[in-house]
Amino acid sequence: MLKLEPRAAPSQLMSYLSPVLAVLLTTLCGALLFALLGKNPLAGLSVFFWEPIRNVRGWTEIGVKCTPLILCAIGYAICYRSSIMSIGAEGMLVAGAIGGGGMALALDHGNNGGAGAIALVIVAGMLAGMAWASITALLKDRFNTNEILVSLMLVYVAQLLLGYLITGPWRDPMGFNFPQSKMFSSGFLLPTLVPTTRLNLGFVFAVLAALLGWVFLSRSFAGFRLQVGGMAPLAARYAGFSQRKALWTTLLISGAAAGLAGVIETIGPVGQLVLSMSPGYGFAAIIVAYVGRLHPIGILFSSFIMALFYIGGELAQSRLGLPNAITGVFQGMLLFFLLGADVLIAYRIRWSK
Amino acid sequence: MDTFLLLLAPALAATINAGTPLMLAAFGLLVNEKAGVLNLGAEGMMLLAAISGFAVTVGTGSATLGFIAGALGGMAAAAFFAVMVLWLNTNQYATGLALSIFGAGLSAFVGIPYTGISLKSTSMAIPVLSKIPFVGPVLFNHHPMVYIALVLCATLAWFLNHSRTGLVLRAAGESPESAHALGYNVRMIRLAAILFGGACCGLAGAYLALVYTPLWQEGMTAGKGWIALALTTFACWKPWRVVAGALLFGGVTILQLNLQGLGVAVPSQIMAMLPYVATIVVLALISRNPDWIRLNIPASLGKNFNPNSA
Repeated sequence: MLKLEPRAAPSQLMSYLSPVLAVLLTTLCGALLFALLGKNPLAGLSVFFWEPIRNVRGWTEIGVKCTPLILCAIGYAICYRSSIMSIGAEGMLVAGAIGGGGMALALDHGNNGGAGAIALVIVAGMLAGMAWASITALLKDRFNTNEILVSLMLVYVAQLLLGYLITGPWRDPMGFNFPQSKMFSSGFLLPTLVPTTRLNLGFVFAVLAALLGWVFLSRSFAGFRLQVGGMAPLAARYAGFSQRKALWTTLLISGAAAGLAGVIETIGPVGQLVLSMSPGYGFAAIIVAYVGRLHPIGILFSSFIMALFYIGGELAQSRLGLPNAITGVFQGMLLFFLLGADVLIAYRIRWSK
Repeated sequence: MDTFLLLLAPALAATINAGTPLMLAAFGLLVNEKAGVLNLGAEGMMLLAAISGFAVTVGTGSATLGFIAGALGGMAAAAFFAVMVLWLNTNQYATGLALSIFGAGLSAFVGIPYTGISLKSTSMAIPVLSKIPFVGPVLFNHHPMVYIALVLCATLAWFLNHSRTGLVLRAAGESPESAHALGYNVRMIRLAAILFGGACCGLAGAYLALVYTPLWQEGMTAGKGWIALALTTFACWKPWRVVAGALLFGGVTILQLNLQGLGVAVPSQIMAMLPYVATIVVLALISRNPDWIRLNIPASLGKNFNPNSA
């Protein structure tokens, strides 16, 4: 019989191999799923893993999808390393879209705009994301309220707030009553990196954020303090590292990052405020953070996989006639397999009679 | 006065209707948590159960079979969670989240052919009692599951506080080491609790799809699984307080719908925020006094117990 036997020390190698194993198992189960649905498994897999990387346009789309995933996942990584279990980046992202979009609507008179205006819009979005995150931090700080539940409830509140704004005060007067704001004029949109594609400056911000996150976590004293608090709260207390400071720092950072993601979507690929600013990037980023080992550089890789799943889902719809929702199935499988494969970090499999 | 009562009766009945799924799910989660297991996958289990129940009812025409399918669907999802957490020793928070994400994805995927179908709403008027003016329509004209939920509550209150097995279950949540040392199989106790939680969340999901809405829509639970998780804290892990909390949240939901119906000039989206905001406010109020939580929270909630390393 197979038996799990504790290792003498956690395996460093397995902690790097486990995400790879998880992706392989997800792929395998994906192939099975396609076969069960009566599709050619190879054709199905090629839609997910080959079609998106076949040409430049595909790569740019991956960059577009990676951007919000990286930003939200960096925030989660910093939170989770400090044992702050926020799961509400989706809400902060929407808040960022509202803040940035609101600022853009206020400034946009058609022919103005430019770098200064865009910077204002981005700052507004990041501040809005931070404000949204600070609700969770404040309630946890003052009332000891569970941050998992509060941050999640705030996702629904943010989405409803956006819905109210774009069906009410911010609705496009020329929009035939559709729930959306007006399209922002070109002076308020992020410049694209590759002409005629949707890949924009936001991607550069995301990669910079990942590098900054890496420096913060592994090269700064502040980042070190946070992680001690997460791994050994008593040691952190003994050393005089403030738990409250950790709570506020982590949540504000993740709010700023998710808010930036929201504003990038708004003045990037979307170009206006609409009802669904994000196909669940804020939730998918939880998986990205875990698969990336809560490490900013790992997150760059895992966001790539998750972006493939998003694009694969879209292509599966047009090419294979499968519903877009298949993306969610792949995402869930990936996290399950990762958690399962992580067992091998602390245990090894042995045959025993 | 008469017209006021005439308006009030359906609102109260609707409150009970809206509170029932929250109640059912929260009972299951309460038992989970009493055994020391935090299952953040409630939302995913409810969604999977909702689509299982709905599909079976559409296929067979029987709501009873639908509820059974819902409970089984919830249990199947919970079994998955149990194997990961109890045998593979995975983090309860992360595994629960995975279940919520996976449940949302899978239910949306398999539910597509069922979108747009709607079922006949079923309620059962209890003979004689339902004819009592005011009280009848409020209390005695519901789906049988409403009464089952209340019976379940009474059973749970007795089971947890007055039965030997209930004591053992609580021991597994307070101090699994002690329970293990006394010779109880903590893993099996927790497995049973998790499966029971799955079945309850399953019934809750099925109730939403078969009775409350009654139709299938992607993501139709809209955070009710998470609200049920908040309810167990709100109730300080006491079954009767779960009922009170569920009715409170049901009431907020209905208030919100009714005010919209009465044409109160508040935008519908702002009104729709009410249940979520209420959850946050209630959580803040209850968590404000650390002693309430500290005295009642199962001491080993969310902590894994591995018999091999004990």
